[in-house]
Amino acid sequence: MRLVLERRAERSTVAAIASPLIAIALTLVTMTLLFTLLGKNPFAALWVYFIDPLTDAYSLQEIAVKATPLVMIALGLSLCYLANVWNIGAEGQFLIGAVAGSWLAVKTNGTDAGHWVLPAMLVLGALGGALYALVPAICKVKFGASEILTSLMLVYVADFFLDYLVRGPWRDPKGYNFPTTPDFDPVATVPVLIEGSRLHAGALIALILVIAAMILLGRTIKGFEIKVVGSAPRAARFAGFNADQLTILTFLISGALAGLAGIIEVAGPVGNLRPNISPGYGFTAIIVAFLGRLNPVGILIAGLFLALTFIGGEQAQISMRIPLDLTKVFQGILLFYVLACDSLVLYRIRLMP
Amino acid sequence: MGLAEAIILAVLAASTPLLLAASGELVVERAGVLNLGVEGMMIMGAACAFAGAYLTGSTLVGALCGIAAGAALSAIFALLTLGLAVNQVATGLALTILGIGLSGLIGAGFVGEKIVPAPQLQLPVLSDLPFIGRILFGQDAFVYLSLALIAGIWWFIYRTRWGLVLRAVGDNPASAHALGYPVLTIRTFAVLFGGACAGLGGAYLPLAYTPFFIPGMTAGRGWIALALVVFASWLPGRLVAGAYLFGAVTILQLHAQGAGFGIPSQLMSSLPYLATIVVLVVISRARGTARSAAPASLGLVFVPDR
Amino acid sequence: MRKNIIVAVAAAALATGAIGPGAYAQSKLKVGFVYLGPVGDFGWTYQHEVGRQHVVKELGSKVETTYLENVNEGPDSERAIEQLARSGHKLIFTTSFGYMDPTIKVAKKYPNVFFEHNTGYKRDKNVATYSARFYEGRHVQGRIAAKMSKSGVLGYIGSFPIPEVVSGINSTILGAQSVNPDIKVKIIWVNSWFDPGKEADAAKALLDQGADVIMQHTDSPAAMQIAEARHAHAFGQDSDMIKFGPQAQLTAIVNNWGPYYVERVQAVLDNKWTSGDVWGGLKSKMLLMAPYTNMPDDVKKLAMETEAAIADGTLHPFKCPVVDQEGKTVECKGGTHLDDGQILGMNFYVKGIDDKFPGK
Repeated sequence: MRLVLERRAERSTVAAIASPLIAIALTLVTMTLLFTLLGKNPFAALWVYFIDPLTDAYSLQEIAVKATPLVMIALGLSLCYLANVWNIGAEGQFLIGAVAGSWLAVKTNGTDAGHWVLPAMLVLGALGGALYALVPAICKVKFGASEILTSLMLVYVADFFLDYLVRGPWRDPKGYNFPTTPDFDPVATVPVLIEGSRLHAGALIALILVIAAMILLGRTIKGFEIKVVGSAPRAARFAGFNADQLTILTFLISGALAGLAGIIEVAGPVGNLRPNISPGYGFTAIIVAFLGRLNPVGILIAGLFLALTFIGGEQAQISMRIPLDLTKVFQGILLFYVLACDSLVLYRIRLMP
Repeated sequence: MGLAEAIILAVLAASTPLLLAASGELVVERAGVLNLGVEGMMIMGAACAFAGAYLTGSTLVGALCGIAAGAALSAIFALLTLGLAVNQVATGLALTILGIGLSGLIGAGFVGEKIVPAPQLQLPVLSDLPFIGRILFGQDAFVYLSLALIAGIWWFIYRTRWGLVLRAVGDNPASAHALGYPVLTIRTFAVLFGGACAGLGGAYLPLAYTPFFIPGMTAGRGWIALALVVFASWLPGRLVAGAYLFGAVTILQLHAQGAGFGIPSQLMSSLPYLATIVVLVVISRARGTARSAAPASLGLVFVPDR
Repeated sequence: MRKNIIVAVAAAALATGAIGPGAYAQSKLKVGFVYLGPVGDFGWTYQHEVGRQHVVKELGSKVETTYLENVNEGPDSERAIEQLARSGHKLIFTTSFGYMDPTIKVAKKYPNVFFEHNTGYKRDKNVATYSARFYEGRHVQGRIAAKMSKSGVLGYIGSFPIPEVVSGINSTILGAQSVNPDIKVKIIWVNSWFDPGKEADAAKALLDQGADVIMQHTDSPAAMQIAEARHAHAFGQDSDMIKFGPQAQLTAIVNNWGPYYVERVQAVLDNKWTSGDVWGGLKSKMLLMAPYTNMPDDVKKLAMETEAAIADGTLHPFKCPVVDQEGKTVECKGGTHLDDGQILGMNFYVKGIDDKFPGK
């Protein structure tokens, strides 16, 4: 007697709808167990994690602020993953984009530059991220090197490069030798949408990008090519879709989006360039991409949901003394369940003699 | 003790966790599975090993706890990727995040405590030989184990039948399956073995390297171990060389600073990663020769049909 | 009509929890602490936690404290600080340099909440700064080290080349030079406040290159353990690390935030809190020296005398003339010694340090 996985003839729509729900239910059950093991009231904890942040305007704005970079990066990653291109280096592209855009901010700092600065910074950020992503893309296309590892190694390089810049050439001379650039001028700062909050224009850009991704994937030939090259590579070859070109294209787009997210984050919530501008957005975005099932709307929802868990986790630390590590555990478990339940869409489990 | 001898000793210690974790991952990838969760398994190994050693006072128990933790985490990975045909990249990353979070929870109660570090070998005459005495005969059990492990893996892969089957499963699972070999079972054992090694590699840190536990003490070594496997072109011999090379770069960078060389430390710290990329490119270009190719089915989902 | 207004106001007040059970609970002052690392790190954060516990012990009936640990220094810290401000905390201590800008930003939004930022330099009407004169302790250590070192070479594990660390190195060397003018130091930058593996490796490298006394400006006990294993000497940092180096530790600089915290909390309770900058040293006991161990009596006597002299002002670690690496005499802005501003912005090595100053 053993369990065997059998491929379904066609995707099960019932499972497609039910799987995220089952995954969430399973996660909640597991979390309840964990909370109890930690000696905390599980229902109070779940409330603080998921419901509380939705009940006031401040938390909702913070969720949007946290979700913005996640959604942007995840959109780009989803294009890669749909094409079976495994960009793991979004974190590095985020950092390099931040560096590229910040270059202009630092150069024009203190001068009387006009309002062209910010848009130019955003463009530079996207360009920087895209060029950085080109490296693993070319290594794969020209040399066949695994893009997973090349893009990952470049994350470390980007991190050191940023560290070097803010400790050396770009350091604020009035900053007592601390590793930050001078604070960005107002023309180099992303405008805030609501007075007094941190909700900034980046959120709008993210929404526009979601729509753009929907159009790209749903209505354009390139989008179609991307999807086919990933799911049916032989058919794609017969159809003349150029896998190499798509590899480069998807890397460029995802690098650009990650870089854009980087400069927006730096020119927005952070306000200057410093060593720790990213708490791992590039990696969390990978989870968001998978949770969102590589679908733009799904990614938007997943990004908001994950941001919710971050905010809720911090709140839980304050009000219930629940360690922040639990948020990571929760995210890992959620992803496991979602992936596991998702496999039921394509496969069914049978008991075999 | 001369400087050269001291540097070699430091390199040995720094490279051992890398070698342990990478050895396990080499077997896993040779079977065609890509487990990116090495960092998570290592840090879990560290946390559980410290807990075990602290509570029982025994390094051995600590090591076993570390191995068990790594294997348990990899079992989740196996269940998902082999049992449910889930995407390996996503699962591996989820494993890393879960491992880091869990290790923080488990280890939180032990931060600030210390244990007796693993004992080092002390042979009557041999350990006192000048220069080679301590290097060859004065190490702790982990160092010797790591070398024995990779030697054993080499022998298994190239000199046993099941090693051949493992390689076949990695290169062409469909054919292996057609020949009647239990592909998923073999892969599961490989994954569990990889998890055990990663757990042991992580355990080395609090048991021997710095005898206390700090959340996040693996500091990215799991990712370096992953790079190492590719750097070594999935060949055990090159893996040893690579591990010691990475360890050497880390140690030498510090020595260079101490000696007054003025190269920016960030540049020196990036060298191992840049070197990996270069090697990746170089070996991938030499795809023609069978020796330097990646296992053909690495990372691809395989569901046996009937 | 008036009755209706009273009822309406009362209802509104009840609705916002301004009166009722919540209000009575608010008679306890809520004080928040934002920590960079885990409370058990046995270093930087641990000492702040000790300080917080001191507050609870001294003022427990009047205050309620909350702490957040492992708060990243990036944009997340702004949210953490703001969450504390929003949830009724009236005094918030942010215990790392990287929280400076977030603290200022949140402080602007909550003018009725008081903030105390550690080791920073930006202040506001409701933001004060506080730090400890670590360099004073370093001077004492320098003298001890020079006395105890047989090889005449000290090993220094630095985190980042910021003024706080640089002034520590300089103060150490100046102290050491007063005992042994030819003292040498090797410096390794690990580019992290807390990385036990790297700190251990750095300690080994320094010892291998001939140093026999290790000082550190990083936060883990790893270097102390290496020193213990290699029968060398070392100084603990932030906390008394004797547990990790029973034979190795000579002394440690122990951060003593407790009394300062109690003072500031009391000021809020008395409605007397004002912004300012407190840079306390040995005199005000903002930092303490751990018991002098593993040294002969005459060294111990010298250490205690040095400590006392700095505390009562007769000895200043940066007494003029201070000569930099290039041989230039540094301008003496404080009369007989360098002034606070010069120490806070120190970005040069003193003569006697051979390494190139990082970034120059």
